[in-house]
Formats: sequence, structure tokens, C-alpha cells
Amino acid sequence: MKILVPIKRVVDYNVKVRPLSDNSNVDLNNVKMSVNPFCEIAVEEAVRLKESGQSSEVVVVTVGGDESQEQLRACLALGADRAILAQSEGLLEPLAIAKVLTKIVESENPNLIILGKQAIDGDNNQTGQMLASMLDMPQATFASELKIEGDSALVTREIDGGLQTINVSLPAVVTTDLRLNEPRYASLPNIMQAKKKELSIQNVSDLGIDVSNRTSILSVELPPTREAGVMVDSVDELVEKLKNEAKVIT
Amino acid sequence: MSILVVAEHDNSEVKGSTLNTVTAASEIGGDVSILVAGSESSSVAEQAAKISGISSVIHVDDPIYKNFLAEDLGNLVVSVADGFNYILAPATTFGKNFLPRVAAKLDVQQISDIISIEDADTFKRPIYAGSCIATVKSTDSVKVITVRTTAFDASPVVDSSVNVDVGAVVDSLNNSKFVSDEIAESDRPELTAADVIVSGGRALGSSENFKIIEALADKLGAAVGASRAAVDAGYVPNDYQVGQTGKIVAPSLYIAIGISGAIQHLAGMKDSKVIVAINKDEDAPIFQVADYGLVGDLFEAVPELTDSV
Ligand SMILES: Cc1cc2nc3c(=O)[nH]c(=O)nc-3n(C[C@H](O)[C@H](O)[C@H](O)COP(=O)(O)OP(=O)(O)OC[C@H]3O[C@@H](n4cnc5c(N)ncnc54)[C@H](O)[C@@H]3O)c2cc1C
Ligand SMILES: Nc1ncnc2c1ncn2[C@@H]1O[C@H](COP(=O)(O)O)[C@@H](O)[C@H]1O
Repeated sequence: MKILVPIKRVVDYNVKVRPLSDNSNVDLNNVKMSVNPFCEIAVEEAVRLKESGQSSEVVVVTVGGDESQEQLRACLALGADRAILAQSEGLLEPLAIAKVLTKIVESENPNLIILGKQAIDGDNNQTGQMLASMLDMPQATFASELKIEGDSALVTREIDGGLQTINVSLPAVVTTDLRLNEPRYASLPNIMQAKKKELSIQNVSDLGIDVSNRTSILSVELPPTREAGVMVDSVDELVEKLKNEAKVIT
Repeated sequence: MSILVVAEHDNSEVKGSTLNTVTAASEIGGDVSILVAGSESSSVAEQAAKISGISSVIHVDDPIYKNFLAEDLGNLVVSVADGFNYILAPATTFGKNFLPRVAAKLDVQQISDIISIEDADTFKRPIYAGSCIATVKSTDSVKVITVRTTAFDASPVVDSSVNVDVGAVVDSLNNSKFVSDEIAESDRPELTAADVIVSGGRALGSSENFKIIEALADKLGAAVGASRAAVDAGYVPNDYQVGQTGKIVAPSLYIAIGISGAIQHLAGMKDSKVIVAINKDEDAPIFQVADYGLVGDLFEAVPELTDSV
């Protein structure tokens, strides 16, 4: 079973992102970039399936600029076998990314595609679902458990009311939630070894698809800030303030 | 303008998220239709017909829609999409699951999680865990949008009803099957609808200890929430998680207990009206958003608080 894992280079989750001074976009100058955390979980799941003998090959792919090679190498160090960079000019939107990934799926023919449920930059939560739709494949989003059972996958999903388990026939698209697994750290020998693994580059402009943006960002601003509150010295004072000042309890 | 809202429900009742989404649709302005797809769901269609601001209901009832599987629901929405300028669903796990499938089929870039409508094609939405708010303009002729429910009031339910039209079922691809549900049963209010929320974090240390959070919540008639750390550690189920990648809440009162206030947690609760933080570390970032902060050991403060409210 071949597994394809689309990953994204994003701002590290520890960075507090701010708007540029002209409010035209976010300021990404000199900030630390990482593999999107949900994509790390996706890579980890694929690698575990390989380690348990259920998968023969794990291929990671990203749509992005040359700098994304760094994140592809990081995924190779986590255990992926091979990487593909679909090189694009500028940042594409989920719709266009899903179109590019459709082309990659058509040439790679994976049995399973695992993505993150959301990229923590745009918080869009769309790409996996769009990809599944374009390929007319079933999907299992927000996965917290994944079991391969012959030619289908049994997936437990984190939904607002609790958990839902579904069975999707393969090939299928799965998107990861936080509880699916805890990704490993890459060891130094694996980081060294990853440098020798295959990383092929394709140009998005050669794929013959329309990847033009459908939306434009007019401005990016800070959210309204909350006014500084007060510190109370005791539980009694807290209760008094909640009753008489804030009037939120009786 | 013609707007379609896809209703979230449980086959017996309309969920509150649908009422918020109708308000967003009404703000766009125009004829608002609502699609109720479900199984044995006629009571939902009847209720939907009474939501203020809508002009018609499309009801499609079939066992294949019972569990709202994304493949079938997505194809159904695509089949009724013709003629609508906007297609809206709540930004809950229900809406997030199927709506991007619709957008892809219509060749539209979905706008996720809008918090305001600036004009017919311009919307505001949080990005980077709510660190920034982007104003986004769409050039697509049909706008496919998920709506952050806390950003829009619930549309009232009125006495008079509009027409309910029966829509056609779309054949299932049968490539996805529902197996089972583990839906939490609770007497407490639902997290996203609660007026008061008491949330606990990693500091609770165990599910046993988490009971002091539940005791306070029950005294206040509140819902119970949690940080990711508390969920990951197994103290509480996944559906308690508040934050960037969990639930977005905005109650009148949010009490954060033993939660440090990571940006991913704040993303889910900082629009609450009044925030209270109890933490033993006076430098915890949660105090920067709290209206009332109490520095102290939660294992002393919380039982005392429960006794005095
Ligand atoms: C991709 C991604 C998505 C995420 N999504 C979310 C999300 O949706 N929601 C979310 O919450 N987090 C999310 N996180 C995790 C987030 O970054 C933090 O790790 C998490 O919120 C921390 O939880 P916590 O505050 O309970 O734990 P900690 O940060 O460990 O804080 C525990 C706090 O308890 C205090 N404390 C300890 N003992 C006591 C005591 N006896 N009495 C009083 N106070 C005490 C400590 O001072 C500390 O401030 C996400 C992270 C990533 C990478
Ligand atoms: N540029 C990209 N290249 C490859 N995969 C991507 C890209 N952007 C998003 N994805 C995948 O889609 C998931 C969801 O992203 P999003 O829809 O942007 O929230 C991510 O976790 C990745 O797995």
C-alpha cells in the first residue's frame, strides 16, 4: 500500500504573528518556519503503517516555493521514503493546492492520502476535503484512530458531539486530528540519511491547470485587545466582583 | 441575491449553529433558503420553516443522510446549488466536513470561518489562531462560506412558517459507511451554547481531580471545557477542547482554571464577555486576557469558590 502525505511549510506554532506596518498582510520576515503540526501527525501515521508492514512506501509532497525543501527533508528524516516538491510561484489557495495534488495523485496512484485537518497559518481546514471531492474519493476527516482493514479503512473521527467511526473504501483521503498519534523527533542519523533520499521537483506551471487566486487580502489587522483586568486577593473578593461588578452570577 | 443555508441538526431538532448561520445569511441580504437533509427529519423541517429571516425550506429525507456523511451531503448540496449566489454552513465539524467538497465541485475558493460581512463579496476572518484578522475579498461568482457561530446572534424562531418543498435524493456513491457513534450524554449545557463555562487545564493532573471543575460547573449551571493538554492527557473527552483547533466559545462568563493561556487556547475563548483566571503562576499569559485574576493553588481556590457561589 502506497501512502501519499501532502504537507505544508507554515510559521512555527510558537510564533506570535503580527500584521505588517502597512496592514497589507502578516509579517513573516525572519520568523521560524516548520512543518505544520497536523502534517507531522500525518507523516507519523504513515510511517507507523509502514513500520508495521501495512504500507510499502510513504511519499511526502508539498506545493510551495524552493524553501519548502527544508520541510520535505524534515519529513524524510521522520521516515518518509521520498519527496516531491510541486514548485509554485507565490502562495496558492486551498482550491489550487487541491488541484495540484489531484495531478500528483493521478501520477502516483496512492491507496491512501493522509493530510492535516488544518494548516495553522490560514486555519482553512479545506484542502483534504477538496482533494477528496475532486478525486471523487471518500474522506475521513479529523481522525483520532485509523485502522486498515483489507481494502477499506476504519476511522474514528473527532466531532463536536464526541466521536464517530466510519468505514471508507480505499483509496481514500484521511485528515488528522491531534489525538491520532504523538509524532517522534528525528534522530541525528535519520536527519543525515534524509539528505540522501530522493527529492524530485516538478513545476506547477507545467501541469496545465488554472491555479489563479480567487480571493485577495484587502488588509490584515490585530484583533481588538481586551482591556487589562484586575487581580483579586481572595475567593471572596472574586465572588463579590462577579456578583456586583460584572453581574455574571447571582 | 439568493442564499442557501445548510442546516445542522440531529434529525429531531435544529441546532443552534443553524440559527447563527441564518443571521449571517440575513446580513448578506436577499432570499434565504434552508436545506434540511436528514432521515426521519420532518420535525426538523417544520422547525426550520419557523426560523425568522428565511423564505423557503428544501427538505430531503432519506436514510443515506442520517449520519450526514460528507460524500452524500456534499453531492446533494451541489445538486441544489444552481441559482444560489451564496452557500453557507456553520463552521462546526458538521460544516467543515462537507462544505469544502461542495466548493471544489463548484470550482470555488471557500471562505472559512467568517466573523463579519463587510459587503457582498468582502468578509473578515481570523487567521494564525486569531492573532490577526484578515479582510478577504472573493472574486468567485458563487460564495461558499462557513460561519463562525459565536460572531452572529441566533435568529429567532417565530410562530408563522414558510413553505417546505421536498427535494430529490442524489444516489449514494456508497464508498463511506457509518459504523458507530460515541456521543457524550450530559445534563450540562452544550459548550458552544452555554452562558457560563468552567474550563480546566493540565494542572488538574487526573480525571479524578477534574471532578472539582465539574462540581463548580454544576453549581453554576455551566458547561465544562478544557485545554488541549487536559484532553491529550485523557482527563476529559475530545469534545471538551476549546481553542484554535477545538471549539470556539463566547459565553458571558469563562473561568479558566490551571490553564496557562497559550495562544491556541485563547483563540477559542477570548471573545467571552467576562474572563476569570485561576493560576498559581502570576506571570501566566492567561492573566493578560482575564478581567479577574486570582493567583493561587486551584486545589484550594476551586472548592472554596464552589462553596461560596
Ligand atoms: C497544532 C496545535 C493546536 C493546538 N490547539 C489547541 C487548542 O485548540 N486548544 C488548546 O487549549 N490548546 C491547543 N494547543 C496546545 C497549546 O499550545 C498549549 O500547549 C495548551 O493549551 C496548554 O494547556 P494548559 O494550559 O492546560 O497546560 P500548561 O501550559 O502546562 O499550563 C498549566 C498551567 O497550570 C498552572 N498550574 C499548575 N499547577 C497549578 C495549581 N495547583 N493551581 C493553579 N494553577 C496551576 C501552571 O502555572 C500553568 O500555567 C495546540 C497546540 C498545537 C501545536
Ligand atoms: N501547499 C500545500 N502543499 C501540500 N499540502 C498542503 C498544502 N497546503 C495545505 N496542505 C495540506 O492540507 C492540510 C489542510 O490545510 P488547510 O486546508 O490549508 O487548512 C494541511 O495540513 C496539509 O496536509
